[in-house]
Amino acid sequence: MTVRIQTADFDVSAEIAALRRGNPRIGAVASFIGVVRDINEGGTVAGMTLEHYPGMTEKAIEEIVVQAQARWNILDSLVIHRVGRLKPTDQIVLVVVASAHRGDAFAACEFIMDYLKTRAPFWKKEQTGGGERWVEARVSDDIAAERWRLKG
Amino acid sequence: MTERAPKRIINHMITVLYFARLRETLGTGTERIALPAAVRDVEGLRALLVGRGGEWEQALAPSRPVRAAVNQAVAHGDTPVADGDEVAFFPPVTGG
Repeated sequence: MTVRIQTADFDVSAEIAALRRGNPRIGAVASFIGVVRDINEGGTVAGMTLEHYPGMTEKAIEEIVVQAQARWNILDSLVIHRVGRLKPTDQIVLVVVASAHRGDAFAACEFIMDYLKTRAPFWKKEQTGGGERWVEARVSDDIAAERWRLKG
Repeated sequence: MTERAPKRIINHMITVLYFARLRETLGTGTERIALPAAVRDVEGLRALLVGRGGEWEQALAPSRPVRAAVNQAVAHGDTPVADGDEVAFFPPVTGG
């Protein structure tokens, strides 16, 4: 398990290659990449700043990955989340899960992302034509995380 | 009966952190607070801060969706707060 919080961009191909290197038990790799859009809540977004809670952020994500490991057969995983200033088309977050079979990799990747959205302490502040605004939490994200509880 | 040692008065110091919109509204990201004996949990600390009035009263009012952590773990109103703890208040998260 690797969890990284960084301002720098990441190379998805290089990260996945590094995760897979020398592990012939891996038969499936699922990945999710979150990207900055140029529109949100009907307004044009010129850029955003991501704030986080250093220390707690890493712990919260590690805890989410541990929960995923308890539910699915995961051989290795990687979560990278960027902080600081980002602009539309920039990559924000990468989740990679490697397992023997695709079912575990797909499910665990989605689970980690759904829980990260509602539990990891990050906050987005958008820069729009009308000034800056803090992004409001979405009820749909809570519902997405909650449905995993029902499946448990 | 053995004699009790006289109670010493100790200033229980905690660190309180504020993030995102709360940090901006309150005008501070971190402060050290001497914990009154009556404050034992997150709810008590929040009430103490609300008692400051003004922005504090508005931003941390019970009706506001404020989340909390104690020592970097998700906390609730009844989560204990003790000497040396790091307590954080912040809005619902919006990462990913």
